[in-house]
Amino acid sequence: MRWLLVAVIVFATVMADLLQSFEMKRAGEQSVSAKGFARLLQTIAERKLLFLGVMCNAVSFFGFMALVQREPLSFAVPASSASFVLETLLAKFVLHEEISVRRAAGTAIVLVGVVLVGG
Amino acid sequence: MKTVGVLLLFLGLKAGGNSFMAWGMKHVPERVSMNPVLYIHAMANPFVALGIFALALSLLTRMALFSLADLSFVLPVTAIGYVFAVLIGKLFLAESVSGQRWMGTLLIFLGAVLVGTTRRNTTGSGDTAE
Repeated sequence: MRWLLVAVIVFATVMADLLQSFEMKRAGEQSVSAKGFARLLQTIAERKLLFLGVMCNAVSFFGFMALVQREPLSFAVPASSASFVLETLLAKFVLHEEISVRRAAGTAIVLVGVVLVGG
Repeated sequence: MKTVGVLLLFLGLKAGGNSFMAWGMKHVPERVSMNPVLYIHAMANPFVALGIFALALSLLTRMALFSLADLSFVLPVTAIGYVFAVLIGKLFLAESVSGQRWMGTLLIFLGAVLVGTTRRNTTGSGDTAE
């Protein structure tokens, strides 16, 4: 059951992040004041793919809620971060981000850390 | 600098939200699964409700971060949140943390710092400062 929950969380997270990154770059620079949050909510309402991304976040969130009740936070958090590799690859090939050697190396170090924390 | 401020706000909201939720969920008697009513019951717990509020704000803050920086930048630098999760789990929720987990935590921190020195936005408008 715990790995099924992890799989659901990972798939939903990947979709949520890809859609949100794509749409937010298009929406332009946002702020985090009260007014900025209101504008963000309006942006979610106006952009269908962004709304879909937020729905994916909701799926991931409820999966996570169920997971933290069964497992310690120090397992649940790193295990649900398996989306990491998939998202970085999709960032390069779908979002056309430039992944320098330094960024790739740092990401790989973080990933090893996440695996150690989860193991 | 704006990116760093938004990043710190996100990390604070996420760590606080996760901790309140984990604390609250451990005190909810029923196990949540496929039944939505059980989730609503769980949300009646004030710690769970506070956790959800903080996590909702963290979601909006992360979206603002996506408007400023690449996905492949945001992912590793926000992984610093796992470091906070391990520390909070250890200090406030009395979860045991092995030597291996501490080593992983250190690597996450170092990798995130390394990614943090790369160009934040390689595809569009926003904060492109090194």
